[in-house]
Amino acid sequence: MYKPNNLILRTTTSLIAFILLGFAVYLLFAGHNAPGGGFVGGLMTAAAIVLMYISYGTEVMKKILPINFRTLISIGLLVAVLTGFGAFLFQQPFLAHTYDYFMFPFFGEIELATAMLFDIGVYLTVLGVTITIILSIANDQ
Amino acid sequence: MEIVTSILAGLLFATGIYNLLQKQLLRIVIGTTLISHGAHLFILTMGELKRGLPPVLTDGITEYSDPLPQALILTSIVISFGTTSLLLVLAYRTAKENNTDNMGQLRGTENE
Amino acid sequence: MSNLAVLPIILPLLFGIILALTHNRIPLSRFLTKTFTIINLGVVSYITFRVFNQGTITLETGGWEAPYGIVIVADSLAMLLVLTTNIIAVACAFYAPHSLSERQEKYYFYPFFLLLITGVSGAFLTGDLFNLFVFFEVLLMASYGLIVLGGDKVQLRESIKYVIINLFSSMLFVTAVAFLYSVVGTINMAQIAERVQEVEQQGILTTIAILFFFVFATKAALFPLYYWMPKSYIVPNPVVSALFGALLTKVGIYSILRMFSLIFIHNIDFTHPLFIWIAGLSLIFGVIGSISTNNVKLIVAYNIIPAVGFLIMGIGVFNEDALSGTIYYLVHDMFIKAVLFLIVGVIVYVAGTSDLRKMNGLINYYPLLGWLLFISAFVLAGIPPFSGFIGKLLLLKGALSVDEVIIVLIALISSLLILYSIMKIFINGFWGEKQESDNIKLKSTKGFMGPIVFLLEFSVMLGIGAEFVYPPIASISEYLLNPELYIDSVLKE
Repeated sequence: MYKPNNLILRTTTSLIAFILLGFAVYLLFAGHNAPGGGFVGGLMTAAAIVLMYISYGTEVMKKILPINFRTLISIGLLVAVLTGFGAFLFQQPFLAHTYDYFMFPFFGEIELATAMLFDIGVYLTVLGVTITIILSIANDQ
Repeated sequence: MEIVTSILAGLLFATGIYNLLQKQLLRIVIGTTLISHGAHLFILTMGELKRGLPPVLTDGITEYSDPLPQALILTSIVISFGTTSLLLVLAYRTAKENNTDNMGQLRGTENE
Repeated sequence: MSNLAVLPIILPLLFGIILALTHNRIPLSRFLTKTFTIINLGVVSYITFRVFNQGTITLETGGWEAPYGIVIVADSLAMLLVLTTNIIAVACAFYAPHSLSERQEKYYFYPFFLLLITGVSGAFLTGDLFNLFVFFEVLLMASYGLIVLGGDKVQLRESIKYVIINLFSSMLFVTAVAFLYSVVGTINMAQIAERVQEVEQQGILTTIAILFFFVFATKAALFPLYYWMPKSYIVPNPVVSALFGALLTKVGIYSILRMFSLIFIHNIDFTHPLFIWIAGLSLIFGVIGSISTNNVKLIVAYNIIPAVGFLIMGIGVFNEDALSGTIYYLVHDMFIKAVLFLIVGVIVYVAGTSDLRKMNGLINYYPLLGWLLFISAFVLAGIPPFSGFIGKLLLLKGALSVDEVIIVLIALISSLLILYSIMKIFINGFWGEKQESDNIKLKSTKGFMGPIVFLLEFSVMLGIGAEFVYPPIASISEYLLNPELYIDSVLKE
């Protein structure tokens, strides 16, 4: 089997992938009232994972990330839809959202919005869809 | 400024349609992408282009850029991202199964 | 409880997601799909009943007030069509397990099926122009998934054309929305309607109206934009063809009906005669297509074109009779197209070919199938007392009252030819000698017949029970002729 000499790629990947993943999480949590959101967050995470796929190959990645990305799409959609249903319980119009401020140890006061939950759903869906599409082309010989 | 971007959108449409009328599948896919770019740019133009004014975040702002086209554009970009990637996979599979990426040879016969 | 209005959209979506999680367990998926579609039909029937008794339900999503947020408007027209959609969905859910291969079922048929219902219901219910685009995309995405199901050579070849055409018209849709937004500064349909009255420069609005018409005409497969339709509707599985034939083109027609009865009603002298011309040409070319081919699936697929011709003719004539006719015919056509595609699916299955010249004497083996086809041909062509007759009667009455004699003649002649095109299947395929020599194995049609009879029953009842069906439909057409009613129910001024 042919073995590529990709030392540089692997070394930088381990660094860059971490930065990308961290930034993706930041984007996800900033999303409800600042630039960012579930969609970009998901794309960013997908970019990091695809980068890892490029440098380590499918076999290794399946061991590192034993996730079925198709199931991830469904779970993400389910989270997003159920947040919409949450409004039914409180006799509010569909998709109504609310927010409040909470004190956290170490982080201090943080604003938490129910729109965040929806964003997490979007995040998972986008991540799942992107990886599924890329892998379905890439795995084809 | 609106005139310039409108012309640019028109150019994108023109090149997109030129590509759409080609026979090679990949060119057609690129054509649809160009057209969607043109459409997105056009939405942005239609909400009036202004410089340096954020959308409304606090009370009492009188001059602001229109947030609605930006929301529309975002939605539209997400949708065309999805459809384009689907189209790419589909085009790839079609070309592989039929052993050709020439639309002229992808015509078909009556009874099948 | 204005949240009711969103249930026809959100329930199928939720069910679809659940089915995506169980896609590997086929018996469970089948059972859940049947249960879910029936639950959905129950909920939708209740909402429809409520809307017809107590008036339009409007939901401002997220609590944002009407012109700013997205509104869901469940009015009588939308709910009637959503109800029809869900009845067809139940029939298809029961037909699908017999018609699909296990591989196709595993490949997410059921989730896509429910997603399609979501998109169609959403397109009927939304009160926001951009949202209409989004729901169009939802239903198209689902249809892309359904049309490639199985993924053989022919299917892939036709579906790529289908996807490209739809992608292009969707982008034009976005452009048209952008144009309209730059003129009226809103995308809420009720507010657009209100502001269009105030705009002085009507010329640009007519241009935009024609752009919208082009987009919807592509989706509805009207002349001359139908070229993509027949081939791509016959390549997928019969149950998918039935869904497409019954629902997708009708969403295009519904959008034209909504846009040109609510928003673009100030330059009727220019736009509506155009519709009548296009209706005439659609009738002629669709009928020519359907009698020229020997492929049974193509015959039915081509029959969609004259049907949308009839519908657009009613919108073109634009008086109360013609609009009631359009709505009546719309509901009738949704049922009968689903029935025909399902029947043809069984014919192709038992005959093993879709070429009419290779079939003979099927009635000796499958009498029930033959007579069902016979009845549905009568329903489609509009032989009294079936539902096609009443729809056409209203349409022609409306057209005659404004002296559109030519279109009436075309409509009558093409009705006869439509009857001929379906009878051709009956005469060539079902009559004739038994093929004794060939060792024909009788294939079981068990399970196929139930859904077909179920749908045909509704179709027949629509005609025989016209006395009960007509008054609500007449009230819808009256409602469409008074756009203020819609505007008031959304903006609540």
